[in-house]
Amino acid sequence: MSMTMTQKILAAHAGKESVSAGELILVDLDRVLGNDITSPVAIKEFEKIGVKEVYDREKVTMVMDHFAPNKDIKAAVQCKMCRDFCNEKDIVHFYDVGRMGIEHALLPEKGLVVPGDVVIGADSHTCTYGALGAFSTGVGSTDMACGMATGKAWFKVPSAIKFVLTGKLNRFVSGKDVILHIIGKIGVDGALYKSMEFVGEGVSELSVFDRLTICNMAIEAGAKNGIFEVDEKTVEYVKERSDRKIVAYKADEDAEYDEVIEINLSEIKSTVAFPHLPENTKTIDEVGDIVIDQVVIGSCTNGHYKDLEEAASIIKGRRVAKNVRAIIIPATQDIYLKALENGLLKAFVEAGCVVSTPTCGPCLGGYMGILAAGERAVATTNRNFVGRMGEVTSEVYLASPAVAAASAIAGKIADPCEIVKE
Amino acid sequence: MKYTGKVIKYGDNVDTDVIIPARYLNTSDKKELASHCMEDLDKTFRDRVEGGDIMVAGFNFGCGSSREHAPIAIKESGISLVIAKSFARIFYRNSINIGLAIVECPDAAEAIMDGHTVEADLDNGVIYDKTTGESFKTQPFPAFIQKIIENGGLVESIRNGDIK
Repeated sequence: MSMTMTQKILAAHAGKESVSAGELILVDLDRVLGNDITSPVAIKEFEKIGVKEVYDREKVTMVMDHFAPNKDIKAAVQCKMCRDFCNEKDIVHFYDVGRMGIEHALLPEKGLVVPGDVVIGADSHTCTYGALGAFSTGVGSTDMACGMATGKAWFKVPSAIKFVLTGKLNRFVSGKDVILHIIGKIGVDGALYKSMEFVGEGVSELSVFDRLTICNMAIEAGAKNGIFEVDEKTVEYVKERSDRKIVAYKADEDAEYDEVIEINLSEIKSTVAFPHLPENTKTIDEVGDIVIDQVVIGSCTNGHYKDLEEAASIIKGRRVAKNVRAIIIPATQDIYLKALENGLLKAFVEAGCVVSTPTCGPCLGGYMGILAAGERAVATTNRNFVGRMGEVTSEVYLASPAVAAASAIAGKIADPCEIVKE
Repeated sequence: MKYTGKVIKYGDNVDTDVIIPARYLNTSDKKELASHCMEDLDKTFRDRVEGGDIMVAGFNFGCGSSREHAPIAIKESGISLVIAKSFARIFYRNSINIGLAIVECPDAAEAIMDGHTVEADLDNGVIYDKTTGESFKTQPFPAFIQKIIENGGLVESIRNGDIK
């Protein structure tokens, strides 16, 4: 029975020779993740199950990133609940303020996911780790609770869409533009319940960080997971961070796909998703005059060092437009430190940006950059739903770090190529 | 599983941010979550929802975040069943896991209108619009899912030894 990459990983973790689309299976979990918003609900459910210990104190992972550093008293209570639970259960990978980062940037950075793993996380963007050739997917708090107790989760084996990548990205075009282009093409439910599998010679032209950004937003097309074939870049990235064995799965040559879509990376332009759905995309030359009030560069989607470096290459030596608040959020402590050592943070502050501690904060309208009625933001985040970053009439335009940086300088949505010419 | 109620209807792509905005996720208290359910999409929902009401919606219902607070807020508001043209996958499994009844039925979700009274018999896969007299067929759940729902959720399934 021929299988996709995803199906091979699931079969191996279900103790089966093969699986096929539609089959319901119970799989072993290599990691179970939660954050300060979803874990409290999971902890309450865990306590109802009646087991004393988690299935593996090395594999259960909690990251305090959404409303941490605590945004208010209620957030403080939720973080404390997670902290107390992790202390009591002696959880090895509990990341609190000072050590934490945004979960989906932090786990790859710490080497907590390797190719061939099965990971569930009570956060929809858990699909990020497919960039490393793992099966990872978002679930709810009850799944997290049951995963913590049993080390297992149930899944319906997904069918898949194959994306064959060719060519090479142009200057200031990145993984964000690739995934926005794809979502614009297939829609916010274009991959509903399915895997998005990325293969082809173009893969080797994409950095691991571009791949993390692409898989991160697979959920924005409704997908169960996104996954890249493992190559030398993956192996190099993972070996620097983990001693664990790498299992690289390739789809069978005759694996069945619902659809095959070819993407020539060299044809992709900077892309912006207009309110209020990630599928409402326009290329940068079609955008028109959109005056903005705020720019956010950060999040699990685009808070990597590479993203800050790209933004800084545009912002350095220029000034943020008078009416724009520009908020820069390095995704982890390591990224923050590297950006500090290499002068990126200085360049941001001198240009009139603020630099925040790692947090999901504004991405989900939590804190650290909430919008008033009618205000507009360009953000490198992942969702632009009604009220996502603030008041219900505010607007979020999703874009790459390069477009966000250029827009901060111009005071309106701008093409980075135009800004660096000036 | 049989449900009867008055319909509250919404469109496509109802996301978890409008079902329960993130600004209220600093609590996991069910009543408090329910008190803000749907408020960014429909400020009248809280006043008009009655116990047993049925929510009907378009494609991709529950897209976005994995927050289980979304199905919890809907269930705690008194909604007994959600009928949609399709559901986002995390919302779908969360609803099953917490025991909120949901069913995918594009024809029913298209035809049934706000304010209609609907009877749904999920064991036999029939949705009946009492207001218009129209009936719709649905697919029954796979046995594995049926078992989870019968147990009252995933946690109970583990406690009962159905999932080890």
